[in-house]
Amino acid sequence: MVERRPLLTAFTHLVLILGVIVVAFPLYLTFVASTQTSQAIVQTPMPLLPGDQLVENYTAALTGTGGGAGAKTPVGRMMVVSLISALIISLGKIAISLLSAFAIVYFRFPYRMFFFWMIFITLMLPVEVRIGPTYKVVADLGMLDTYAGLTIPLIASATATFLFRQFFLTVPEELLEAARMDGAGPIRFFKDVLLPLSATSIAALFVIQFIYGWNQYLWPLLVTTNENMYPVVIGIKRMISGGDSEMQWNIVMATAMLAMVPPALVVILMQKWFVKGLVDTEK
Amino acid sequence: MEKRVVFRSSWLPWALIAPQVVVITLFFFWPAAQALVQSLQQSDAFGTSVEWVGFENFVNLWNDATYLASFYTTAVFSVSVAVVGLTLSLLLAVFADRVVKGALAYRTLLIWPYAVAPAVAGVLWLFMFAPSVGVVSYTLRKLGFEWNHLLNGNHAMTLVVMAAVWKQISYNFLFFLAGLQSIPKSLIEAAAIDGARPWRRFWTIVFPMLSPTTFFLLVINIVYAFFDTFAIIDSATQGGPGKDTVILVYKVYYDGFKAMDLGGSAAQSVILMVIVVALTVIQFRFVEKKVNY
Repeated sequence: MVERRPLLTAFTHLVLILGVIVVAFPLYLTFVASTQTSQAIVQTPMPLLPGDQLVENYTAALTGTGGGAGAKTPVGRMMVVSLISALIISLGKIAISLLSAFAIVYFRFPYRMFFFWMIFITLMLPVEVRIGPTYKVVADLGMLDTYAGLTIPLIASATATFLFRQFFLTVPEELLEAARMDGAGPIRFFKDVLLPLSATSIAALFVIQFIYGWNQYLWPLLVTTNENMYPVVIGIKRMISGGDSEMQWNIVMATAMLAMVPPALVVILMQKWFVKGLVDTEK
Repeated sequence: MEKRVVFRSSWLPWALIAPQVVVITLFFFWPAAQALVQSLQQSDAFGTSVEWVGFENFVNLWNDATYLASFYTTAVFSVSVAVVGLTLSLLLAVFADRVVKGALAYRTLLIWPYAVAPAVAGVLWLFMFAPSVGVVSYTLRKLGFEWNHLLNGNHAMTLVVMAAVWKQISYNFLFFLAGLQSIPKSLIEAAAIDGARPWRRFWTIVFPMLSPTTFFLLVINIVYAFFDTFAIIDSATQGGPGKDTVILVYKVYYDGFKAMDLGGSAAQSVILMVIVVALTVIQFRFVEKKVNY
């Protein structure tokens, strides 16, 4: 701080606290709603303090016994689908990007730059602009309603490839010379030298890509028709499409909490990597 | 910058790069090429007959009032999301930058919405503003303001803008905070010694020094509003009431998968690709400028 201004400092905290309250209010309300009976929510105004139905609602949501309109699939199952897809997407992206960056930086081969630009251009083809034909490819390959269909089309990553390429370029050449002197081949060098050095970037990227994978919506909406393969984000949407009157808001909100908790935990517990990942991937 | 020392192998690099290349060929380039081809074709809803129609799909779009309206809706939506989101997060970041004690706590409490899925964000805001059960709509009614986003297009637009801004605020906040912290303290101290008060220091030093960050975030937010908000719209309003919140991406999805107009949807995809390319070029030209800055 440049100078002492007690009034301005007090005002600063006031603005920040107000900001935090406004940002957190939807979450608080969701939590409150997830602890009420559905009757309590429907009578306006709904109570603004937590009720006593916490265990009942979450059990009902997790086991799919909540009743009401919409999907009857247990949210527990959906969370497993979300978790598996998010892990395949994030780890898959990291794996194939590490390998292609390694090839581009540490080898000379024909069409090297062609492949580099090919990967680069995918930045300009987000799934939203090619949904129809991509869906058709996945359908023709028989990958609808499978983990492969949910994850593989999202696994390519120009940003991750770039990030690793930039990082590999900063690795001192002496390391490679020393490794070669000691008789290490490319695979050995990759495994014992590059991977340990990249640990920080991998962790940072994992946080960002895990959230990306967990929060996918449009793509799972297209390729899953079987309730058993719904990720939790799609499950919520199916629950609220039943109409305003018969909606079990308490169960929907318990599901929303369950859908938010894993990625939020990843962000908060791995905050350092999260911030690094966010800044790195947007370079 | 290139490595001077490299490995030698005739097959290994191909094997290493193969997984990525196979995935992008199958799921990126082939579909994109298909979209280009389909945009020049007309097929019936069952896909039994296909004929080449040249640019007819594009001409139809140009003459389609709902498509032009969707452009307008997208423009209103993305400008609102960018302006409101950047203003609020800049405000919070400027104040968070002043705080000495508890800065990390504030940051932690402000960054978690990034983790919330857009679809869930849509549901959360829908719940607060639902005409029948929503807490906020109830309060508004008590204050004499009749809120109903199911009937009023402006209300629906406000709802999706709020949800989209809320979701993006943590991202903007982190980048503004990083930008603020990289401004040399000596500049601000010198201005303070010359008698400039905080308000004036902000507008004459901090804000101009922050302009690269602001411009970068502006592009990112517009990309976000164009492409990543499909889930918010679909869960909160489904494009309604009428077509009042149908943004371009929503229309591609709707026409392609609900209305089964493959040619029209593909033509819209091609237009979207052009928009993405333009936005990416702007972004990269700017990144180069930032390096010189």
